[in-house]
Amino acid sequence: MTRPTPPALELREITAGYDRAAPVLRGVSLTVGEGEAVGLLGPSGCGKSTLAKVAALLHRPFAGTVHLGGAPARGFRHRAPRAQRTAVGVVFQQPRLAADPRLTLASLIAEPLRATGRRAEAAGRTEELARSVGLGGDLLARRPHEVSDGQLQRACLARALALRPRVLVCDEMTAMLDASTTAALVAVVEDYRERSGAALLAVGHDRTLLERWCDRTVEMAAGAEAGTALRSARRAPADTSAG
Amino acid sequence: MSSQALSPRLGRALRVRASAGVVVAVLVAVVLVPLLFPLDEQAVDMAHKLQAPSPAHPFGTDDVGRDVLLRCVYGLRVSLLVGVVAALTATVIGTAVGAAAGAAGGRTDRMVMRVVDVFSSVPHLLLGIFIVAMFRPGVWPVVVSVGLTHWLSTARIVRAEVLSLRSRDFVDAAVSGGASRWRVGVRHLLPGVLPQAGLAAVLMVPHAIWHESALSFLGLGLPTHRASLGNMIQGARGTLLAGDWWPTLFPGLFLIIPTLAIAGLAGVWRERINPRRRSELML
Repeated sequence: MTRPTPPALELREITAGYDRAAPVLRGVSLTVGEGEAVGLLGPSGCGKSTLAKVAALLHRPFAGTVHLGGAPARGFRHRAPRAQRTAVGVVFQQPRLAADPRLTLASLIAEPLRATGRRAEAAGRTEELARSVGLGGDLLARRPHEVSDGQLQRACLARALALRPRVLVCDEMTAMLDASTTAALVAVVEDYRERSGAALLAVGHDRTLLERWCDRTVEMAAGAEAGTALRSARRAPADTSAG
Repeated sequence: MSSQALSPRLGRALRVRASAGVVVAVLVAVVLVPLLFPLDEQAVDMAHKLQAPSPAHPFGTDDVGRDVLLRCVYGLRVSLLVGVVAALTATVIGTAVGAAAGAAGGRTDRMVMRVVDVFSSVPHLLLGIFIVAMFRPGVWPVVVSVGLTHWLSTARIVRAEVLSLRSRDFVDAAVSGGASRWRVGVRHLLPGVLPQAGLAAVLMVPHAIWHESALSFLGLGLPTHRASLGNMIQGARGTLLAGDWWPTLFPGLFLIIPTLAIAGLAGVWRERINPRRRSELML
């Protein structure tokens, strides 16, 4: 399929891991088109989360490049320009670990706005974001240990959407959650994507969920190798109801 | 026997109360006594030298007729001042160095920690003596000497803590949310290490007090006429051989009991923030 616009996210020949002698990923390539939803499936330990971190510019690969909207990433973590870093929103698997335990849910959601100097609009936007993920009133004043996993993950999703990312990376976003919360969070993501045209890279091992949610799914084998690793499957056109 | 009969809970409650009681009593004494009983540190009274404890002089008098109780309280005041200021100095330096090394990571981290290792390999007291020897005797050289030699362990603790926090997902989330290095450090990493750093600071106070006394005992700390616990023990060594025990015993007790009380409170605090590690009294 040829696209007139450059893909929202393009990973080229990524070799990454935590030990240069034994990388988790070798020469993996993945493309997420503008506005496209791609599901990344694979057994645990195959490097899905590492690939998600590389895509979010949070983990520097040993080799390979990341392109966002056609522009190559100029660095990773703090070396990436702020505009590129914030163009990718991330939701992690475990909300407990992804939330600073000292911040209230309201400050958690507002944190990206404050960090990027948008203090003035923070209050209004926080309320709007909280409403969009279904978090009400007094929950926002609580700290992470006073809310459930599901409520905390809603706040984490709101935080990821705060800077209106062009690409959303959800790393096992719903693995810890029950079915109704899963459905609600997927609906929030889809609603945001519909309004903003953002692309999605959803990582997970729940085949049923990702096949229903995403335009296509990509499968990673354990010890992913170049070329052979990623098998792509396109969703049947009839099956369009996500979430 | 009786301490074994006490349950651990009760034993701990007793320890907290005893420690807190001593610390409060010491604080009240060092604040109130100098207001009520001014001390001329140069004054001697040879007519009343080396008197055994009596109602007039509860702790007796020393070899030049000075009241041991009053000098003990003044000595403890200097020791506490030096201990607290030096411990804070050491903790601020250690936290800054450790947090910077841990947050920067990579080569910077390795280089900074090697420097810490090099400093640690020199005995504290030797390095402390070298530092005080560069100045005239006084309170501030002692504070500098203790502060500059005792930040190393705090730096190690803080760095380890920052390294473990740095790899958490919430730091990744902050980076992804556009936070600068500075903001990640100040808003997410530093608050996470403050309990550990605070504990290190409190545990450092007894250590610094002993260090000050050791320097004074060696004649390198405060000027010899100043009432300091180390100076008093040093000055009274000769009279001990003649059987006059009070000028050394009481300053010794003033050194041991308050520092044990502070360490006891710090131990309880450590149990609270890290219940898995049984605390030992660390001086």
